[in-house]
Amino acid sequence: MAWQQFFDYLPRLMEGFWVTVGITGLSVLIGLCLAVPIALMRLSPYKILQWPSYFFIFYFRGTPLLVQLFLIYYGSGQFRHELSEFGLWSYFREAYFCAVFTLTLNTCAYTAEIIRGAIQSVPKGEIEAGRACGMSGSLLYRRIIFPGALRIAWPAYGNEVIFLMQASSLVSIITLMDLTGVARQIISETFAVYEVYLLVALLYLVITYVLAFVFKKIENRLQRHNQLFS
Amino acid sequence: MFELDGYAPIIIAGLKNTLLVGLSAMCLAVIFGLVGAWAKSASSYLLRSFANLYTTVVRGVPELILLLLFYYGFPQLVQDLSASLGYELVMDLNPFLAGTLTIGFIYGAFCTEVFRGAFSSIPKGQAESAQALGMSGFLLYRRILLPQMMYFALPGLGNIWLVLIKATALISIIQLDEIMRMAKIAANATREPFTAYFLASLLFLGITVVSMVAQHYLEKKWARAGSY
Repeated sequence: MAWQQFFDYLPRLMEGFWVTVGITGLSVLIGLCLAVPIALMRLSPYKILQWPSYFFIFYFRGTPLLVQLFLIYYGSGQFRHELSEFGLWSYFREAYFCAVFTLTLNTCAYTAEIIRGAIQSVPKGEIEAGRACGMSGSLLYRRIIFPGALRIAWPAYGNEVIFLMQASSLVSIITLMDLTGVARQIISETFAVYEVYLLVALLYLVITYVLAFVFKKIENRLQRHNQLFS
Repeated sequence: MFELDGYAPIIIAGLKNTLLVGLSAMCLAVIFGLVGAWAKSASSYLLRSFANLYTTVVRGVPELILLLLFYYGFPQLVQDLSASLGYELVMDLNPFLAGTLTIGFIYGAFCTEVFRGAFSSIPKGQAESAQALGMSGFLLYRRILLPQMMYFALPGLGNIWLVLIKATALISIIQLDEIMRMAKIAANATREPFTAYFLASLLFLGITVVSMVAQHYLEKKWARAGSY
């Protein structure tokens, strides 16, 4: 296969690229929204709130993403009748829905743990100072704890997003045409095994370092108050 | 709960291959990591560039792509190269070997960073006093740096192991009979995919729990040896 031919396959690879971006983006956004309440539950003084979030985080961080993906995509078939009764089967039949659902739960567990660690690392003095100014409850969270936790969590959160983007290549195994899926399809047509995989590896490398660059830029902005010159 | 028409023991038997691949890949990753950390601190520009290229590329590409590239791409490359030289060579990789090498290679890059950080945590005086006693090169490395470095590296290595053992599930894609592939066979045969994969996930969870307990115990033991 001539290297020149890659230009013929570029439009299809771009389609795959957008599927990868879509799945990653959706999962990251929904996962983040769910992770905040779960992290707060994990930190609550009530056992009844603590334990469910503890087990959720423990299960999703302790098992491989591939198992979770198969458990939801293939495993849902075992409960077809029950899911049909609630009208959910039409969702679980779709590979795209299962992929986003699994990746969301997975990233949610990791993100919740990052947020928990960040909230716990907010300096005690800042919280006490907030209290001394008369803030309490949600005002204290909104003005002091969340902004402080965001700065602490940001670098780790950036890594998590990058890991999730790379892990999303697994959805090609459940028939989705993301970047990896398109690559496998092109290979089955052209038999150009290493050329196509190398090209796709390069594309992933570019996405990874673009994401890393963007997260670093935002981190610098969040840390403005710590810089001597700006 | 986990009857699966007698398929449950087959999934549990897959545990052996998962652990075997995981442990051999971890050993390989530690070796790659030590060499990588040494190369990153070497005075030669070429060695440092190679080590940087290694960690940059491996951490920027999904594991699945690297696995497929090595398992399917590498034999093809060898065949094409030998064909262009006029030989006819057919090459097939053993899934166990391919999986171990790929996972070891990938996590070697993460080990490199852990070891590099650990080496820089050792007080400079340690190496200097050893040099004053006449040790140098490999002897200095083996007697002074390596034992002290392990104390700093252990938490990082423990985390890498926890991620690595989960990554071995990927090798089921290239047909190695480990937990995931056995679960797939059981799922297809019994038509109870949820039960089969849930059992597989519990096995992985078990490995994680045992590893975390072992890590805690080791860290306590090494902390005593490593305290100045």
